[in-house]
Amino acid sequence: MSSRTETLASRLTARFAQELRPLPALPNEVAFEVDAANLIAVCRELRDNAELGFEQLIDLAGVDYLDYGREEWNTLASTATGFSRGVNRIKEHVSEETKKPRFAVTYQLLSISNNWRLRLRSFASEGEPPVIDSVVDVWASANWFEREAFDLYGIMFRNHPDLRRILTDYGFIGHPFRKDFPLIGNVEVKYDTAKGRVVYQPVTIEPRTLVPRVIREDNRYDQVLKEVPVGAAASPANR
Amino acid sequence: MADIHNFTLNFGPQHPAAHGVLRLVLEMDGEVIQKADPHIGLLHRATEKLAESKPFNQSIGYMDRLDYVSMMCNEHAYVMAIEKLLGIKVPERAQYIRVMFDEITRILNHLMWLGAHGLDIGAMTVFLYAFREREDLMDVYEAVSGTRMHATYYRPGGVYRDLPDTMPKYQPSKWRSQADVDRLNDRRRGSMLDFIDDFCARFPANVDEYETLLTDNRIWKQRTVNIGVVTPERAMQLGFTGPMLRGSGIEWDLRKKQPYEVYDRMDFDIPVGVNGDCYDRYLVRIEEMRQSNRIVKQCVDWLRANPGPVMLDDHKVSAPKREEMKGDMESLIHHFKLFTEGYCVPAGETYAAVEAPKGEFGIYLVSDGANKPYRLKCRAPGFPHLASLEEMVQGHLLADVVAVIGTQDIVFGEIDR
Repeated sequence: MSSRTETLASRLTARFAQELRPLPALPNEVAFEVDAANLIAVCRELRDNAELGFEQLIDLAGVDYLDYGREEWNTLASTATGFSRGVNRIKEHVSEETKKPRFAVTYQLLSISNNWRLRLRSFASEGEPPVIDSVVDVWASANWFEREAFDLYGIMFRNHPDLRRILTDYGFIGHPFRKDFPLIGNVEVKYDTAKGRVVYQPVTIEPRTLVPRVIREDNRYDQVLKEVPVGAAASPANR
Repeated sequence: MADIHNFTLNFGPQHPAAHGVLRLVLEMDGEVIQKADPHIGLLHRATEKLAESKPFNQSIGYMDRLDYVSMMCNEHAYVMAIEKLLGIKVPERAQYIRVMFDEITRILNHLMWLGAHGLDIGAMTVFLYAFREREDLMDVYEAVSGTRMHATYYRPGGVYRDLPDTMPKYQPSKWRSQADVDRLNDRRRGSMLDFIDDFCARFPANVDEYETLLTDNRIWKQRTVNIGVVTPERAMQLGFTGPMLRGSGIEWDLRKKQPYEVYDRMDFDIPVGVNGDCYDRYLVRIEEMRQSNRIVKQCVDWLRANPGPVMLDDHKVSAPKREEMKGDMESLIHHFKLFTEGYCVPAGETYAAVEAPKGEFGIYLVSDGANKPYRLKCRAPGFPHLASLEEMVQGHLLADVVAVIGTQDIVFGEIDR
């Protein structure tokens, strides 16, 4: 770990001993988790404290941890089932671990004055819809990023000035980047000659998986993420 | 007295100055913009979701199609993110090749931008000039990857193959005489590096040509000076990066400040604007082309002198050579595994950013240890730029909206993803 990231990490832990928890990160990257309740206060301080100086919110991403660490390949049955080759497409999508909320928001911050980056993660509240505070008042660039996260994941950003869908079609139903939203979607459009216009109808194609999702333990990679214990991939507790 | 209302005007999505499929709902008072509401997403392809359903290597091609005028820079961010999580190091020669192609891409992008921006606000000729040079660089893309635009050339662990010794040549046909073909092929007799070297030698004079057309042009200045002014503070607040940020006077360039690959060994300058208007951003981009040309030249010289591997020799990530695969059992297994299942990336998260021509193009990658990304988020530089459109055009005239869209270098492939 370089000295700059160490400086940043030590300043953050000194300033936010209560609010921030370190997350496992690669060397040269700094990542912390913050409780949603403290989010706005921490962000404001991150921006205004000259020792930290995060003037820019570079990116904001929603993450759906529903299927984290899950495989979809049933190797035993793979020879018996033809084309889909034993792919067990996760149907019920029940989160094994109910203690942790499902949706997180990740903030990539950049300090131009100090030339360092920080990744901040915060879990949105449980329940439908998941709710988290908006950081638009801290960084104006959050406006569209939050609209996008709302559109794709259905995360509600409290106090957002204009929380509308942004990327999906007018009148779209559902939040397409959620892990329980099928890749092929729910509806398709076609031109209806009788009605003389484009109509929606349920999708007519079959979902299929060409390459199943597999997780392989590989001890060569144990060095890369020192902070994460071996086998962390499979256990949601370390996500 | 007549009842006067604000007029709501629909601009796009099919409009030559909308740079693709931008739909703008403008609220006008006479010809003055009161409100501008960009509607985006008409080119949304869910690239990130698609990438989550495919092994890592199969999504490299999707990256080309994000910002489809700076193809290799997008690939670069993506493969860098994977390399970071895998903890692998790219051979030096591949790093130089990547830097060279990043800069070629920057020139390609800025030429496209210059031509389109010029056309948008009334300069026809510069478009033709810009595309003349673009053609040469497209041929370089073709020579190295086989395609003119969507190269899929970078791979985790290096680049797909070494630079070719020959350039593709024109063939005589009933439309092209032998004399024409000889003239066109004159520059293509040597290797690809010779061709690029020759390009580097002529390109500064070409940029001078563009500048004679525009820089002191009265109409050009009337259309760009003091249009879309952004203060440095607002530029940071709005998440600007790249030439948009530098145009506002902030000296920030990832190639210098957080150098990746071999940028720390390159000799180049960062141009910075003063007023933060469209004209300054124009000057910044023009100078960036000259600086990119310098970097390309330095890479060419290094690449000539230093042959070596361009791909990591680790068959868990990179495919073995075809001869090996045919003759060696272990290589065959590696080959089979790589192309049927791909490789698993250790669990973790990372963010990799490159200085793409439009600004910071970043990839936020979450892996849970599988052979597919768990979550991929592309940070497109154009996205926050376009989000600030309303602020930039407020109080300007309708015609200036076109100038501001042009100066933001909007490409919908990356904004809609």
